[in-house]
Amino acid sequence: MITTQKILDGKFELEMHTYGSGGEPLLFLHGAGGSLPSEPFLEELGHDFKIFAPHFPGYGESTGTEHIDDIEDAALFVHQVMDELKIPSANILGHSMGGMLAAEVAALDVHRAKKLILAAPAGFWLDAHPIPDFFAAQLDEIAGLLFHDPNSPAAKMMTAIPEDFKALEVMYVERVKRLATASKFLWPIPDRGLRKRAYRIQSPTLILWGESDRLIPPVYANEFTKLIKGSKLETIKQAGHMLMYEQQGAFVKAVRDFLKR
Amino acid sequence: MKFTWFHLMPYRFLPEDFKDKYRSVWVDIPRNLYDPKVGHRLYNDYLDQLEYADSMGFDGLGVNEHHQNAYGLMPSPNIMAAAMTRRTRNANLVVLGNSIALYNPPIRVAEEFAMLDVLSGGRLVAGFPVGTSMDTNFCYGEVPALLRQKYYEAHDLIVKAWTEQDAFAFNGKFTQLRYVNLWPKPIQQPRPPIWIPGGGSVETWDFCADHDYQYSFLSYFGYLQGKKVADGYWDVMSKKGKELNPYSMGFAQVVSVAETDEQAEKDYTPHMDYFYNRCLHVYNGFADAPGYRTVKTIKAGILGQVGERAAAMRQDLKWKDFVEQGYVIAGSPKTVRERLREAMKHLHCGHLMILQQIGSMPPELVRKNTQLFATEVMPYMRDLWSEYEDRWSPKRMPQQNIAVPAPVHFDSTRTNGASRTAAASSQSEARSAK
Repeated sequence: MITTQKILDGKFELEMHTYGSGGEPLLFLHGAGGSLPSEPFLEELGHDFKIFAPHFPGYGESTGTEHIDDIEDAALFVHQVMDELKIPSANILGHSMGGMLAAEVAALDVHRAKKLILAAPAGFWLDAHPIPDFFAAQLDEIAGLLFHDPNSPAAKMMTAIPEDFKALEVMYVERVKRLATASKFLWPIPDRGLRKRAYRIQSPTLILWGESDRLIPPVYANEFTKLIKGSKLETIKQAGHMLMYEQQGAFVKAVRDFLKR
Repeated sequence: MKFTWFHLMPYRFLPEDFKDKYRSVWVDIPRNLYDPKVGHRLYNDYLDQLEYADSMGFDGLGVNEHHQNAYGLMPSPNIMAAAMTRRTRNANLVVLGNSIALYNPPIRVAEEFAMLDVLSGGRLVAGFPVGTSMDTNFCYGEVPALLRQKYYEAHDLIVKAWTEQDAFAFNGKFTQLRYVNLWPKPIQQPRPPIWIPGGGSVETWDFCADHDYQYSFLSYFGYLQGKKVADGYWDVMSKKGKELNPYSMGFAQVVSVAETDEQAEKDYTPHMDYFYNRCLHVYNGFADAPGYRTVKTIKAGILGQVGERAAAMRQDLKWKDFVEQGYVIAGSPKTVRERLREAMKHLHCGHLMILQQIGSMPPELVRKNTQLFATEVMPYMRDLWSEYEDRWSPKRMPQQNIAVPAPVHFDSTRTNGASRTAAASSQSEARSAK
């Protein structure tokens, strides 16, 4: 279901996607590329959880991106959203940039995340393993960075380049809007000091990584497991950065098992 | 009509196969393509050319800022402007300009521009570009979505630093200073004229109109394509009820003069090719970081200066097309006089930023180009816009009060540094003994 959620009396208007009706609440924070109109992996998780998947300000129809300058603003904004949704403490799942944000949300207030799942999160930088410059990547390079198999149907669907000029222009403007917001957290280096704050994360944490992630290589998973006490890593085979689309079954199972445990 | 002789200071010796072998002239161009010994020669040639233009009666000498590229070798245009203060007497120093969001704190720009204004006897034009996406986002790491905010804040701080008489505190979002108290202050009061170079962002038109700044449009598509942007600017000026004074707009144009039209084609074709295919060979991914241009500007359909679409437009253009489509105004003095007058009227433009050295053009050709323009074209265009007052040029010190460098005396048979110093100190001792 899609609704409009006003936050702070309308300072922000969020395009809110919800999945499922019963079960424990689960907050999903999407990555820099945004969220699909309907997310198959969330549909499936909706059988067991009540899922809130807001589009971040600057994405979809959500407004208020001008009130958010940096990752701290963003994390405190998520706290506010949780309060207004009346889920002040909930399970949180974040992917890529959303994983970085979920980690900050959990670090800045230890009571926010009951359990935390970080899927291929951003947030660290290793000189020996530079992350490719996603912002400078051309449309035809993106599938190769994001997917284990750039020729799979999922990859083709998500990275299709419209032939029609008008459609291409619309897509270009949307991409600019999304990545302009993402640049506040990820430009020029996707590291905003999470390393300093990660020790504050107290929630049980699952780290999920696609074995052939070419955007944020799996070596980064070790940084997260090292810095978040008691966290557990699960690597998913035949999956790249967009692991939840490429291996939906394995992804959903890992999330469900961890949250139900 | 006023004329600023503008230099980009390109690297003239990129390899023949540059475009095929490397993806970009900007940001990640291999460093081994730059030879600093060649660079020494180039900087000095280029300063000679600017100084020559001063001697030929141009109103201004233009320099600008770019980073990590072979298109323009001036990470700091202020250094070039400083070098010019000593050997030029007449022309204004048009520094177009400093990308003010990149300086931390931005009062550094207020200080250096004040130094240049004082050094030059009040000849400075202060340019405040946002800077290209390559320079600001990719080379200097500025967050694209915050760049313009940071730019506006830096602008407010610099202007206040120039105009405020007493020390003040500045509590900005990007810069916080407890004491702002500018020493030295500029000769031009309350401040040097401000010119805003733009590539076609719609916000810049409002900004110029609201502050009474000169809008300098830098386009490499030539004046025919430039019309769309110029019209956008004049529309804004007109809607805001401002005077439509041509001197409130500048336009950069490549101009190449030779004895005849045929000779111009012969002389300049290879250098045009070098300019468009090597100097402007920018990787599409670096042309326009997401958030660098506002959605409003993108939707206005104004083409970026570099990147895939710009390159596609220029692809396969021959000399004839470059000339006909106005990318370059070239030919005999007579042809150039006619086309240039038409172009300036077409754009309603009073300040021409003339590019007479582009790409691989060697010094002899630059001198010929400059000399022919100064003697055979410029005098015939001076009358254009004479009914308007130019309120955007420097208010300088009277010519007779501008300091002349003192002759340097030293023993020319002994040229090492030590003997120079010894000679200088013995002279100053002799002077004080008198």
